[in-house]
Amino acid sequence: MGRNVKVNVEYLTRVEGHGNIVVNVKDGTLDECHLDIVEAPRFFEGMIRGRSIFEAQHITSRICGICACGHTLASLQAAEDAIGFTPSKQTNALRKLLLNMEILDSHLLHIYILVAPDLLGVKSFVPLIASHNQVVRRALRMKKTVNDVCALFAGRHIHPITSIVGGFTRLPREKDLEAMLGLLEGMVSDMNATVELAATLTFPDFHRETEYIGLVNDEESYPMLYGDIGSTDGVRMNKKDYKKATNEFVVPHSSAKHTKLSRSSYAVGALARLNLNFDKLRKEAKEIANAIGLKPITTNPYLNTAAQLVECVECLYDSIDIVKSLQKSGVNYEEEIVVGLNEQNRIPVKAGIGVGAVEVPRGLLYHCYEVDDKGKIINADCIIPTNQNVNNIEHDMRKLVPEILDKTDEEITLALEMLVRAYDPCISCSAHFLDVKFVGKRS
Amino acid sequence: MNNKPKVAFFDFACCEGCQLQVANLGEALIDILEIVDVVEFREVMSEKWNESYDVSIIEGSITTPHAVERIKKIRERSKFLIAYGSCATIGGVNGMKHNFDLEEIRNYVYKDGARYFDTIPTKAVHEVVKVDYFVHGCPIYPPEFLEVLKSALSGLPYSVPDNAVCVECKFNENVCMYEKGLTCAGPVTRAGCNSWCVNNGNICYGCRGLVSNPNENGFAEVLKKYKISAEYIIGKMDMYNSCRLQNEKSKKGA
Repeated sequence: MGRNVKVNVEYLTRVEGHGNIVVNVKDGTLDECHLDIVEAPRFFEGMIRGRSIFEAQHITSRICGICACGHTLASLQAAEDAIGFTPSKQTNALRKLLLNMEILDSHLLHIYILVAPDLLGVKSFVPLIASHNQVVRRALRMKKTVNDVCALFAGRHIHPITSIVGGFTRLPREKDLEAMLGLLEGMVSDMNATVELAATLTFPDFHRETEYIGLVNDEESYPMLYGDIGSTDGVRMNKKDYKKATNEFVVPHSSAKHTKLSRSSYAVGALARLNLNFDKLRKEAKEIANAIGLKPITTNPYLNTAAQLVECVECLYDSIDIVKSLQKSGVNYEEEIVVGLNEQNRIPVKAGIGVGAVEVPRGLLYHCYEVDDKGKIINADCIIPTNQNVNNIEHDMRKLVPEILDKTDEEITLALEMLVRAYDPCISCSAHFLDVKFVGKRS
Repeated sequence: MNNKPKVAFFDFACCEGCQLQVANLGEALIDILEIVDVVEFREVMSEKWNESYDVSIIEGSITTPHAVERIKKIRERSKFLIAYGSCATIGGVNGMKHNFDLEEIRNYVYKDGARYFDTIPTKAVHEVVKVDYFVHGCPIYPPEFLEVLKSALSGLPYSVPDNAVCVECKFNENVCMYEKGLTCAGPVTRAGCNSWCVNNGNICYGCRGLVSNPNENGFAEVLKKYKISAEYIIGKMDMYNSCRLQNEKSKKGA
């Protein structure tokens, strides 16, 4: 007679948003295994219909506080694609900087505040204030530095103010660039300490082959802001075909919509990006990857957190380069744009459909808008990284549970929670597109 | 257990960005944690608390029948309750769904799965339970949050500034957006954010809500002077203020 295990984690903690894990093992056989999403729906795609395309970024940024810059950038790309506007080189450089700050901020929060407590055997970062005071201080200091840099050119990190369709409403002055560079270079020693700390953490040993999907392009640098959709199974397609890359489908055991491409599931996120574009990492980042033994193709999902660390290094040094090159070339203030929802028709508008595909902290994010000839939104669609990862997480859980049945219920529960957390799921985002199956009792 | 005040964070329908503003306080957060015990904060903590709360900080709007019951239970267990961020204080962007038939918008977004998504018209927290303190903004302005938290911990009242954003905007020496030929919600929106958006070259979108007694005649004159229709500006104001605009519409209709 095999053992029975019933795991029902309600309101999974230390993730963004609300999720439940449900696992049911009967007589040693896995009977049921879901990750359920219980976020209250907010209807973003529905409620921006009828509004100006120039308002889309302001509203969709509010889908998620932690990925606000990511939603901003995907939204702007989709909006500009729809109305046929091409951003300048300077705009793209500042947008890449904004994306770097987003990745740094989000990854640092995940590594230090959400994951480290598991690896150090405590319930949250709060007990770490007593036991690892300098570590917590460093984490908060680094996070604040990122926010301070954002404040200098985007107004703030959560729901950035200056970044709108067409470019930036305020461009950083010389003294701003100097302050930004000081903050970023000042962060290097904390980043080195972060790398040292991470090298001491051990991650669970679990492997499952899957397809990894992310942006790919023909440029030399690590693709984040634009490119085609690529996969480790050899797929490459234009972002306009994102629906063919996601193939949302309904599965009989659950009402949750899943995605797949070449096989039963795929993963997006830091590990996927690393597996796809490892050779394009900067030397500073590649050194760290080599030091912690990360190389393509890594199939242990728990190592997504380690891949995030490598990306932190990538983004920090890339940001320093961007600021230095802006200092060198000088900022062209002629490009500062006037807001006002295009009341003055400075940016011409035409009817069309546009797609934004941007690598945000948790993976590839798509926004798609259809606008009429007045720039009014007719249809909107957002496909969120966490949504794409849910199917892959469930496949991981189905392989993991039978491998750890000799452990106690508590250990199994923790291993599953840690697995879900490794993907850094952002459920407040994904609820906008996921269907929910309510299981178990609800508090 | 020690005698520090017990503080808890709860999130309802929102983006959780206002909670994250707490994590963005930097090392100052450790100073706060020296004087209070944060007993629940699901986004960053696994700990749970079964006793009463001295201060409950509520983020998000009430948008489901389940949320109505949950917020009532939290209120019963809380000495002071803070509505935190626009979604909680005025309904915020969650109110935009009121421009649509709820059944229609639910089917548009969730299609076959729509039946799994219970939804009711968006309510700010004070429309469901008593609120002791308000921290407005999308996102909240951290210096104001610290003021409110200090007030709540010492049992003192906090008054949200009830003058227009324009007052702070003038102090910051910004050129008026109307002078630039643009529209801006500043003249009727509550101050307290230090005219954050206008300082950065953007307009005010009204995220802190309308002042309690907006100078409608004065604003009408401004709109007339710059030849802007009232419908146009209301169409923009409803991005954050739909809950209040709807309530006023239904009052007038009644």
